[in-house]
Amino acid sequence: MMALPDAAGEALLEVEHLTMRFGGLVAVNELSFVARRREITAIIGPNGAGKTTVFNCLTGFYTPTVGRLALRHPRRTYFLERMDDFRIAQFAGVARTFQNIRLFPRMSVLENLIVAQHNTLMAASLFSVAGLFGLARYRHAERAAIERARYWLEKTGLTPFADDDAGSLPYGLQRRLEIVRAMCIEPVLLCLDEPAAGLNPRESAELNRLLLAIRAEHGIGVLLIEHDMSVVMGISDHIVVLDHGSLIADGTPDEVRSDPKVIRAYLGEEEDELPGDVAADFGRNHGEGQA
Amino acid sequence: MRPGATARLAGAGMGLDLPLILKEAGLTALVVFALALPLFGFRTVDSAGGLDVAYRFDWVAAAVAVAFVGRALLVAMRTLGGAQRARPGEGLLARAGRAFYRHTTWIGAAAVAFAVLLPLLPFADRYVIDIASYFLIYVMLGWGLNVVVGLAGLLDLGYVAFYAVGAYSYALASLHLGLSFWWSLPLAGALAAGFGILLGFPVLRLRGDYLAIVTLGFGEIIRIILVNWYSFTNGPNGISGIARPSFFGLAFSRSPGPGEVAFHEFFGLDYAPVHRIAFLYYLILGLALVTNLFTLRIRRLPVGRAWEALREDEIACRSLGLNPTNIKLSAFAIGAMFAGFAGSFFATRQGFISPESFTFIESALILSIVVLGGMGSQIGVVIAAFAIVVLPEWFREFQQYRMLVFGAAMVMIMVWRPRGLIAHRDPTVRLHAGGEAGR
Repeated sequence: MMALPDAAGEALLEVEHLTMRFGGLVAVNELSFVARRREITAIIGPNGAGKTTVFNCLTGFYTPTVGRLALRHPRRTYFLERMDDFRIAQFAGVARTFQNIRLFPRMSVLENLIVAQHNTLMAASLFSVAGLFGLARYRHAERAAIERARYWLEKTGLTPFADDDAGSLPYGLQRRLEIVRAMCIEPVLLCLDEPAAGLNPRESAELNRLLLAIRAEHGIGVLLIEHDMSVVMGISDHIVVLDHGSLIADGTPDEVRSDPKVIRAYLGEEEDELPGDVAADFGRNHGEGQA
Repeated sequence: MRPGATARLAGAGMGLDLPLILKEAGLTALVVFALALPLFGFRTVDSAGGLDVAYRFDWVAAAVAVAFVGRALLVAMRTLGGAQRARPGEGLLARAGRAFYRHTTWIGAAAVAFAVLLPLLPFADRYVIDIASYFLIYVMLGWGLNVVVGLAGLLDLGYVAFYAVGAYSYALASLHLGLSFWWSLPLAGALAAGFGILLGFPVLRLRGDYLAIVTLGFGEIIRIILVNWYSFTNGPNGISGIARPSFFGLAFSRSPGPGEVAFHEFFGLDYAPVHRIAFLYYLILGLALVTNLFTLRIRRLPVGRAWEALREDEIACRSLGLNPTNIKLSAFAIGAMFAGFAGSFFATRQGFISPESFTFIESALILSIVVLGGMGSQIGVVIAAFAIVVLPEWFREFQQYRMLVFGAAMVMIMVWRPRGLIAHRDPTVRLHAGGEAGR
């Protein structure tokens, strides 16, 4: 494991001036924030604020227009904006989940977790040649992979379902499986895109416990996009608020909760706060003017 | 129309809803009438004055009557049967299928034993062994394509190109370089795999329909090159006189050339042409079994699991650090390699190859074997290859009707088993022991 017991609170991910333009649309504008090791950093904001775009930039699915994404490992720093998506997962150790769950539905739960350990197993099997002839070296590696999978299955209560198709699991369990699958690549930074979406209160409480356990026991940083405020306020150490692609608040849950800009972004602007002519110019579309 | 009708039938319970039956049967009869009138009703016959039109309205009437009665019976049966069969999944097919999955290992072993003993059985004459080796070529091609389509989920419509590369590389290597079959075999496999990678590179970013179109084009390009590069491939005339394989240096001929020893002389047998046929049969059986064992083995290895993961979700693969380029190229290369092996066997069996043998219809045939068998299923490929290659051969007496029956059978399989004959998939690794079909 990449656990670093004495590294608590040290900067893990530094996002500087991240800007992502799609043609004329600015999805993320000059965003800068820091996520720390052993902390859960939540990114919140109204729909269309650019939260998932930030994730896609971090995990290499998009190449940012401008900006630097520095991931600090103990011995070296990876600049994520220059890396391919799969190399970010493989070398920089950034794992992610998706807003609409992306499991391998017709493979078993256990296989999902083994596929996540592909690169380790591939090296152990000497690109499958050793595996083809059943050498001991590969058998040991496979057993270790199964043990790691078993650890995560037990942690999430998925053990009884290990040999079932992932696609046949109930929705809440699929969400949990996706998270532990991401953990199986042994990341230093785990990015979760709305992990509580569609969960009932009991399931989101279990999710909170899982995330807190991951933070405590594995010493990694967690980035979290979430709309469910019971999750965000309950477990985040630090919250970044986006609106229309720009940072509007950055602080602890208590600071963010009382920030007038955040309240305005979530509840809408009251018209009598603006001079009459300005309100008439911008009307209800003031957001598009900013973008 | 049908779901509504069944719902109403279910509501009516056991009783027969006569107006509904008549309505459905009448509609069917109307459709059949519209089709049968031009197809059956008119016929051109040669007469003294040229072509005349003859009428066969009695045929039309018969077709309409058969359709009406058949449809009425079908609807009536569904009404009566629907009440008894509460759970639709518990049909005979489903139960037979489950029994089949439990004993896959034994069925496979029995099939291999039968295949090994086949040439020794009393009914196995030259024709039977010949058909069997023809069948095994398709089984092997099906297993090879299964890696690309069934496991990696890359729809390849130009698979025959690699088959052609294998066949031509053996033919040309034996003709110009004098290489024996056993030396050419790895060469053919390597060349085909090389072409697999060559095709793989430009299509890395494509999936689904787009990939299918590009691979289709690739298959045609190879064929057209074979037709037009006259100086190298002898164009449409093909290559004849391809060397026959020898049994560890023993030739299969009545009068071996100088310095050669014939198989029958060495073993003190009387010369019989069936020796060579049986040898070819065992050769393709061995090649096919190697393909099968390799595929079964590699499915349980990281590469094989990565192929299946790629089929399931490419974006998830990327997010887990799997390099999609390597995974796709390895699938294309390994699938192509087996086609190359099969191709060189084809060349040595026929002794003559031409671009005619590598048309698109071959690709379509192999793909339909994989799809019909159930994507990713090894035993499904065998059953489907039997249905597609051997059955039409057996029913050759029925002439043009055999294709009609073949088409009808395909439609029925797709209606009853839309995910192929064997849609079942066993996990490659289990946490809890004691699941069906051990490791």
